[in-house]
Amino acid sequence: MSEHELRVSKIRDGTVIDHVEGGQALNVLAILGIDGSEGFGVSVGMNVPSDRLGRKDIVKVEERELSQSEVDVLSLIAPEATINIVRDFEVVEKNRVTRPDSVTGVLSCPNRNCITNADEPVDTRFDVVADGVRCDYCSTILRADIADHIDV
Amino acid sequence: MRQDHLITATQLSRDDIEAVLDRAREVADDPDAYADRHAGRVLALCFFEPSTRTRMSFDSAAKRLGIDTIDMGDVDSSSVSKGESLTDTVRVIEGYADALVLRHPSEGAATLAAEHVSVPVVNAGDGAGQHPSQTLLDLHTIRENHGLDDLTIGIMGDLKYGRTVHSLAAALTEFDVNQHFISPESLRLPRSVRFDLHETGAQIREHEELDPVLEELDVLYVTRIQKERFPDENEYHRVAGEYRIDAETLEAASDDLTVMHPLPRVDEIAPDVDETDHATYFEQAHNGVPVRMALLDTLLENAEAAEGMEVGR
Repeated sequence: MSEHELRVSKIRDGTVIDHVEGGQALNVLAILGIDGSEGFGVSVGMNVPSDRLGRKDIVKVEERELSQSEVDVLSLIAPEATINIVRDFEVVEKNRVTRPDSVTGVLSCPNRNCITNADEPVDTRFDVVADGVRCDYCSTILRADIADHIDV
Repeated sequence: MRQDHLITATQLSRDDIEAVLDRAREVADDPDAYADRHAGRVLALCFFEPSTRTRMSFDSAAKRLGIDTIDMGDVDSSSVSKGESLTDTVRVIEGYADALVLRHPSEGAATLAAEHVSVPVVNAGDGAGQHPSQTLLDLHTIRENHGLDDLTIGIMGDLKYGRTVHSLAAALTEFDVNQHFISPESLRLPRSVRFDLHETGAQIREHEELDPVLEELDVLYVTRIQKERFPDENEYHRVAGEYRIDAETLEAASDDLTVMHPLPRVDEIAPDVDETDHATYFEQAHNGVPVRMALLDTLLENAEAAEGMEVGR
């Protein structure tokens, strides 16, 4: 991206999540549990031009470095994402996301009759399978519509 | 079988299944040898939705092993009606019993219960999920009539919501069985069951009509199509009528065909089938007792072995 197109300024310390599929930036923030109330500086670019993806979203979170488990969960909705850890304006670490074996407490089960949707003290748990995720309790499989079931 | 709980048929290996069925055969041959084997033990029957056969056959199986049973009773008269969670209910009942049998209207209920208690949990039906103890008695019935390999089995009716179907289909992948699934389009196998079958590389075929496959079947497993699955009652009657069998239907079948049904039936198997040699559903229901005796015996034995290991540590 040229300086001319740069819409969001560089951050000093924190994390830049780049190459997020267009339209998923707000879901990325939801997964990370960031809603602005924490006081971090948050910048979001949506549907910006990308050579690799055509259109992409970018999320910049100041003063917060993502843990590996948070990054892993992002892979479910943003499999192409790159995670840049920034310190003193420099990218000190650049990682691709990898798919986790399971995700806990992030997604709601689409099966209304699943015990996780009853009034029970239980976190949802999904195994990551070939092309989606699968509820550990009722076995329901979620594929393309994962983002619709983010519940954090 | 080296399992602490019985939650889903997908957890069972061929060896697990054969071990329980071998024991069921021994129980059936010599029930006296098993009488009072677990005297002093207590089994809790926790049925959050109605049951006749499963509840009574577990009760009978337990008593024939010398186990006392305690029954939660109807949900309406229990603490569940006061809003107590399943999690709390089973944690309390665990203190009263050496094992729990649980039926619940929500899928995944038995998985959740097993996470919160240390005594064995048997899933006696979780919504439209699984019913693995029924599967063991189904397999016992099939084995006693045909063996469990080199078979062609047709499973017909409500394949989408039928928990006995989901468990049976999964367990049959452990054996050399061709599975045919016969149902209306709207009641085909759910995606999750199909996923498991494909993962195992099982040979399955799906049909909307019984006629083209009837002749090649060794076993026809019929399930009830429930009225509440259809928004329109006329549509229910039309569909249910197409999947009804009678003695005339079975004239085209092999003489050795075994017709099974988890019961209760409504009118999907006409009474005139009862008079044919194909009818095996009452034998199947009776097998619930020796198979559940073998299952309880195995799970309590495993629990005792685990306790012994802890004491010795």
